[in-house]
Parts: sequence; C-alpha cells; structure tokens
Amino acid sequence: MINLKINGKSIQAEPGKTILQVAKEHDVHVPTLCYHKDLSPTGNCRMCVVEVKGGRFLQAACVTPIWEGMEIETENEKVMKDRKLTLELMLANHPVDCMICDAAGKCELQDLAYEYQAQIPAWGTKGTRYPVNSDPNPFIRVDMNKCILCRRCVLACEEIQGRDVWGVAKRGFDEIIVAGAGVTMLEARCESCGQCVAFCPTGALSNKMNYGMARAHQVKKVATICSYCGVGCQFDLLVKNNKVIGVSSNPDAPVNGMALCVKGRYAYDYIHHPERLVKPRVRKYLLEGKRKSDIRDSIAEGRKPKVGLSNIESPWDWVEVEWDKALDIVAEKFAETRMKFGADSLGFLTSAKCLNEENYLMNKLARQVVGTNNIDHCARL
Amino acid sequence: MSNSMDDIANFAEAFFIIGSNTTEQHPVFGTMIRRAVRKRGAKLIVADPRKIDITEIATLHLRHRPGTDIALLNGLMYIILEKGMEDKAFIEERTEGFEEFKQTVMQYPPEKAAEITNVPVEKLYETAEILASCKPTAVLWAMGITQHIVGVRNVMDLANLQMLLGNMGKPGGGVNPLRGQNNVQGACDMGGLPNVYPAYQPVTSEEARDKFAKAWGATTEAKVGLTVTEMMPGILEGKIKSLYILGEDPIMSDPDTKHIRHCLEELDFLVLQEIFPSETSVYADVLLPGVTFAEKTGTFTNTERRVQLVRQAIPTQGDAKPDWWITSEIAKRLMERISDRVRKEAPYAGWGYKNTSEIMAEINTVTTSYGGITHARLEAGERLQWPCPTFDHPGTPILHTKQFTRGKGKFMPIDHVPPAEKPDDDFPMIMSTGRVLYHWHGGQMTRRAKGIMQVYGEALVEVNPDDATTLGLNGKNVVRITSRRGSIEAQAWVTDRVPPGMVYANFHFPEASANELTHASLDPVSKIPEYKVTAVKVEPV
Ligand code: SF4
Ligand code: SF4
Ligand code: SF4
Ligand code: FES
Repeated sequence: MINLKINGKSIQAEPGKTILQVAKEHDVHVPTLCYHKDLSPTGNCRMCVVEVKGGRFLQAACVTPIWEGMEIETENEKVMKDRKLTLELMLANHPVDCMICDAAGKCELQDLAYEYQAQIPAWGTKGTRYPVNSDPNPFIRVDMNKCILCRRCVLACEEIQGRDVWGVAKRGFDEIIVAGAGVTMLEARCESCGQCVAFCPTGALSNKMNYGMARAHQVKKVATICSYCGVGCQFDLLVKNNKVIGVSSNPDAPVNGMALCVKGRYAYDYIHHPERLVKPRVRKYLLEGKRKSDIRDSIAEGRKPKVGLSNIESPWDWVEVEWDKALDIVAEKFAETRMKFGADSLGFLTSAKCLNEENYLMNKLARQVVGTNNIDHCARL
Repeated sequence: MSNSMDDIANFAEAFFIIGSNTTEQHPVFGTMIRRAVRKRGAKLIVADPRKIDITEIATLHLRHRPGTDIALLNGLMYIILEKGMEDKAFIEERTEGFEEFKQTVMQYPPEKAAEITNVPVEKLYETAEILASCKPTAVLWAMGITQHIVGVRNVMDLANLQMLLGNMGKPGGGVNPLRGQNNVQGACDMGGLPNVYPAYQPVTSEEARDKFAKAWGATTEAKVGLTVTEMMPGILEGKIKSLYILGEDPIMSDPDTKHIRHCLEELDFLVLQEIFPSETSVYADVLLPGVTFAEKTGTFTNTERRVQLVRQAIPTQGDAKPDWWITSEIAKRLMERISDRVRKEAPYAGWGYKNTSEIMAEINTVTTSYGGITHARLEAGERLQWPCPTFDHPGTPILHTKQFTRGKGKFMPIDHVPPAEKPDDDFPMIMSTGRVLYHWHGGQMTRRAKGIMQVYGEALVEVNPDDATTLGLNGKNVVRITSRRGSIEAQAWVTDRVPPGMVYANFHFPEASANELTHASLDPVSKIPEYKVTAVKVEPV
C-alpha cells in the first residue's frame, strides 16, 4: 500500500492507481471532461488538474499515478483558477446557443461552466466555424462547432466499437475531429451504433431522430431490454408525453454497458408507426355466420391488395370489432375445430419476440386447455 | 450458450467462429470479440464461405464450401489426433465413446478434407495448431451451422472438437450457439416446443406428464407434437385445421414461400396476433392487436441464459392489449367451451392472471431451472442466469463445470453428408440466406424505421465480381435469381464477400424475399430447414 495525502487527509491506496481513482474512492470530487471510466485516459483536456506538492506544474489527475508520500491539493486557488481558464479557453471557441442546444441539461461542458462560473471571454470567436449538421448519417447529427476536442468519440469508436471512424486532423486552432480522411461517417465505415454520441460530453454529436424533441429533465427513463437480438442489451427508453422518443445507454447494463447497436439504439420508431394494429379485426364472413369454404371465390379476390378498412363489401374484408366479439369468435372456432377433428388438429406458433411469461401461457393453452403438443416457434427459422 | 459472453470475451485465448456473422447478427457481442482480438491479442479463426465483416480481424479465415462443416471439423480433428495434441486427461476422465469416434475421424485425412471443403491443407494445419495451443478456445456458432440437413450433426461435431481439446466447463471455452431472436432462448425454455414442457421436460416422460397434470389439472398424451416445419405441410394433409400464431410471420420467415402461401390458404381458421398487418395477415381470419416490448412488463432470456426484466414504458396503443392478456382471455373462453377437460381444483388450473409477475410465480413452481427467478429479485437488481432453482440461488454463469448434464460427455462419430440440393446445369450456383446488420428477420419492425431504410432501403443480393463479369452485370444492377421453386428480382451488390459460384440473399423485403427460393429439406432431428444451401440460377434483368 502507498501512503499519501489528499487535501491534508492521510490516505492509503493500492499502487498503480491514478490520483483520480484514489480521489473517487475517497469521495473527493475532481472534475473531468475527457476522462470516462469505460475509455482509456488520455489526459488532454486538463480539466482534472490538481496540485502535487513539489511539482512545477499542475498534474492531470486522470493520468498521473500515485506515489509514496504524495501530497495532493484538489481545490486550492491555483487549481480552481487553472480549471476556470481551461473552461474559458474552450468556451472561446464555442457557439453561444445553449438556449437551443439539444445537449443543454446533460452537457458536461455546460455543467462545468456553471460550476466554475466560467463565461465566454470577451476575445472569444463566438462564431460558427464549421457547417452545422454536417454529416448525412440518418441517426447522428454532427456539429463540430461545439466540439471541445476531448477525443472521447475517437476512443469510443476505436475501443468499444472497434471501428476507427473518427480521427483528429490539423493542429492548433484548426484542430478538428473528422471521419476517416475527411469523408462522411458512412463512407468511413461507420456502423451507426451511436457509441460516439453516447460518449460525447457536448452537443457536438447528438441524435437526429429526436433532435429538439425534449430537454433532459423532461424525459422519463425506463430501463428495459432490447427486443431485437439474443445478446439482450439493456438500455433506457426515453419517454415524453407517453411516447418513446429515444433510447439511451444505461451505464449499469449487465451485458453491454454503454454499447448498443444500430437496431437497439435507433430502430425504435416502429413503436408509434401509424400502421400499428390498434383494434381487433375479423373477416366479414365470420360475422355473417358463413363458412370459409362458402366464400373461397371472394377470398381469392380479397388477397389482392386493398387499402384500409373502408368499403367493406366482400365477405373476406376486414371488419373492426370489440375485443369480446373477436375473442368469442376465436374461442368458438377453436372449440369447434377441436370437437370435430380432435385436439391435434390445432397448431400453436408461439413467439421468440414475446415474453417468457407469454410463451409459458401459449404452452399452457396448447397443452392444458386444448390438449395438444402441436406448439412451436421460429427457433428453427 | 454454455458460457457467458463476458467470460468468453475476457478469457478465451482463441475464438473459433463457424457459421456466425457475429458483428452483424449479434453486434454488441461482435464488438466484444473485436475488442478481445484487437486489445488483448486473442486469436480468431473464422470458418465461413463469406468474407463477413469479422474476417477483417481474423488470424485465419477458412472459406469452406457451404455445407462441408463436418469434413472441415473432422479434418482438423484428424490433425490434432495425428499430432497427439488432444487433451488426454479430459478425454479419460470426463468423456466416453472416444475410440469409435476416433475411427470415424481417421477417415478424414487433411488431403481429403481439403478436397471436400476447398480449404488448403496448410491452412488446416495452421488452424489445428492454433486450436491446440490456445487454451481455452471458445467455439461460437449460429444458424450457419444449424440451418443444414446435417445441422444437429454439425453441432455434435463441434462438441467433439471441444471435448477433444478439453475446452468444456471452463471460462473462455465451451460450446456457444448464439441464439438469434431476443427471446428464442426463453421461448424454448418455456415449452414453446412440440417435444418438451417448460425446462425441457419431455412430453413423453410419465413423471413430467404427471407433474403438469397435477399442476394444471390436465395435460397431453405422451406424443411429440408437430414442429412449425411439419405443421405447414400438415395443413395440406388435413392434419392441421386451425392455427394460432403469436407474433410470427411465416410468409417471410419459412422456407419456400409459394408453398407456405398455399398451405395457409387451405387453413380453416387462422388467428394472428401481431403489431402490424404483416405479410401473413393476408391469410388470417382474425387479427388481434398485440403490443411492442415498450408496452408490457415481463422477462426475456438472452443467449447466455440471463433472465432480464422488460419494463412497460408507455401505455398500450389504441385498443391493443398485452399478448399475455389476449392469450389468457382466449384460454378462459375456450375452457368454458371445453368443460370436461381441466380438473378445476388443480392449483394452476385457472387463468386469472392480473400481471406477468403472477405468471412467473407459476413458472417458478413447475420449471426447476427458473424456480428462483422472480420479478422482485430482478427488480432489486440481481443478475440471474438459469439454472437458478431456489429463491436464494445466485444463478449459473457457466454450465458443465464439473460434469455434463448426462454425466460423461459422449463423443459421437459423425460423417460428412453433402447438402440436399445440388447445383446442376440449370441451377449452377449456390445461394445462402441470412440477415444483414440493419434489418431484423421478416423486416416488419425495421422496414418501419425511417433511418434504417435510409441506410438499407432495399434487398441487396451479394454476387462475386467474377460471376458478375461472366453474367454480364455492370456495377450495380438488377438480377433475377431463380430456384426450382420460385424467382425474385433484386439489386446486385457486386462484392468479394461471396466466393465465385455463390450468392447471398436476405428475407427482409417482401418484394424480394430469399424464401421464395429456399426449400424445406429438413434436418431429420431438429427439423430445421437447409436455408444455407439452395441451388439457383442468376441472370441480369
Ligand atoms: S456511430 Fe459507432 S461506428 Fe459510427 S462513428 Fe460512432 S462509434 Fe464509430
Ligand atoms: S465530438 Fe464530442 S466526443 Fe468527440 S472530441 Fe468533440 S466533444 Fe469530444
Ligand atoms: S442493441 Fe443490438 S446487439 Fe444489443 S440486443 Fe439489441 S440488437 Fe442485439
Ligand atoms: S479529464 Fe483528465 S485531462 Fe481530461
């Protein structure tokens, strides 16, 4: 164990840890911006500086390892001033539109500027240097004017997604994050997983599908499980006014952490699609007491595409009915089939998209109520 | 899967991926493997006829001919045995049937394996070397292994390989089929299969039947039911008269669409419970509006047997109802009409569920492996992988650590059998089918996702550049693909992802669904159709 002092308090810690890690373990707050626990530390924003006794310069806590006898100050005047200056330098190159920025309320730069009461310096550029919404990716909105060059996106893509889409180009004032060799994200082989967006601390990368739809405090987050593949990623559904308006990473997700794929993160808009079935439907002939065998001709006709539910003429047309009606028809028909042809004349296809509880019930319905083992699902397909 | 995804990603010295397009079909797990290879230096062997995305970072890519997995595996095992690289202690202590198995493998010297598979002999040796030196190696597969008439035998041969190498029951090893759908594992666990009750209790077992007869007050005869691939033709034979389909779309997902259409047309009565008017709804007599995962609470079980809580986030849309409610209502009404069957005093005879947590409580009592999994525990943040038999059991991340379910692991002698459909002069090429990153299965959900359609808005058929030249395609062009059963037209994507002589098509788009062409030749045991090998003819349009 290593002995050291943080803000005058003696502490023991395991060797090999960074100042930031030890500070966190002892509930000492050190602000960070480029650092993220899931990514390799790079130490390039200098937001986390602390003073180490005997050192000539302030040290970045996220990349400086501890040593025996180290004495650290995390909140003295020098440190606070330096951090504020760091923020002012970032703000000097940042548009002043927090008011309408999608990230406001969850922007780490905004939070820190507030904490340190940092303002845009009088000499700041304030302007817009780059095209806004500059990439055609349908899911990801890019506005490099808001970029603070923390490189989290670069690391998220490289280390989590293993894709290397983002990189840094040019130097000094012109330094900028680019996709590939300055091409579009998709051309740089982006898989639209949205990892870079999830890790971006500012409004430089945001989601197009819900851009401008809600402030962070206006959404309810509901932790749930992805309904696409068997990996079983967990994420939060973002809900506003009883509508799903987005998906965000849930850092505590057991399988996937912050990671999601394009389907899990962005293919949710089917939930409120206008084609959703919202009322039970039965074929007209069922309401007329007719048998299917009597209307075979109309069925052949009816299979040709027909728009909507208007003009209900053919016995094979759909009619919307109340639940009671539909359920009675189903039960009546199933019972009749069973009586006439036996339990094994019924078949049940349950669903690999539905809940365990629902699959259990389909199995119970087939085996208990009807008495057949004719139950399967699309595991084979 | 015998192991957990994170233990495989963290501890495997090597991955052997065969018949799984992991980065597109299980994308987040795919990125975990990418990480292990790129950051940790784990070795990666990919056996796949197609140059799928993950081959980019592979140590070795074996491009074997479709439908020659057994010859490939036996050839590799021949080399392992020839060089004495098998795990003798593991074979001795934990397995049986080795000698008979060995005799079969000895029929596959590398030269013969190379001839059948088209993988060069040197590559077979290199692969065997990696497999033998990297302990543990995790074997991963998906539908590329199972969707063959020899699917079950393919799987057994992979188990042979892992026993031979002593990679079973260890972190970072094991046999790991990646389950496709979000809850295909759970649907199987819950008895959504014709041969087993929940938790794989055979319908032919007296003990199991007795148990359910007691719990439910009625059960079935000791006779295995029909699989989906048997029910469809069963309609034409007059065996099946009515179907109740929950959230599935056979017109898109079953083989030989024309045949399926014909079958569904002949049905007396089809009830379809869906969120959209799918392609199959055209044939339905009743259409019941179910809900999406955002509108209900309950559990899904992922590919590593992890049971997780799905939470309702928004109210049900319109008059749509949670699927469990609909099924319960049908059950109640049907039970009134079939009054002589169910013994009403049985503890779980009834259907008066108020929520899915009550259903789970019933599952706890009849499903040993889910015995201790409750919504309350999951809500409290417990992470549970079945088997989890009691309320204080912590769950089981790795299976078979001490012994196999049946005691000793049995080696099975497995021989190569060529695919059912062979190319000939009229249908000279091989088509394989599957999904792409951006879409899901029959596409009912993803075709209604706007951004997805901007990135991948129409069916693309992968055609090798050599074939494109021979066929006279010029860059991107429309091709007609014809099999012995049907024909589709789609955009060609000229790419060396597929080898010459092979095309790859998906079934996400009704106007160009690969299943118009596929055939219903089934594995005799699993009844899974051979989607991965269809003989086709390709022409420019
Ligand atoms: S969306 Fe994913 S693949 Fe694309 S740039 Fe961001 S992290 Fe990389
Ligand atoms: S785009 Fe975002 S994550 Fe990337 S460097 Fe800029 S601010 Fe950081
Ligand atoms: S987010 Fe992607 S990888 Fe994760 S479960 Fe959903 S579909 Fe699978
Ligand atoms: S957080 Fe330490 S340098 Fe950025």
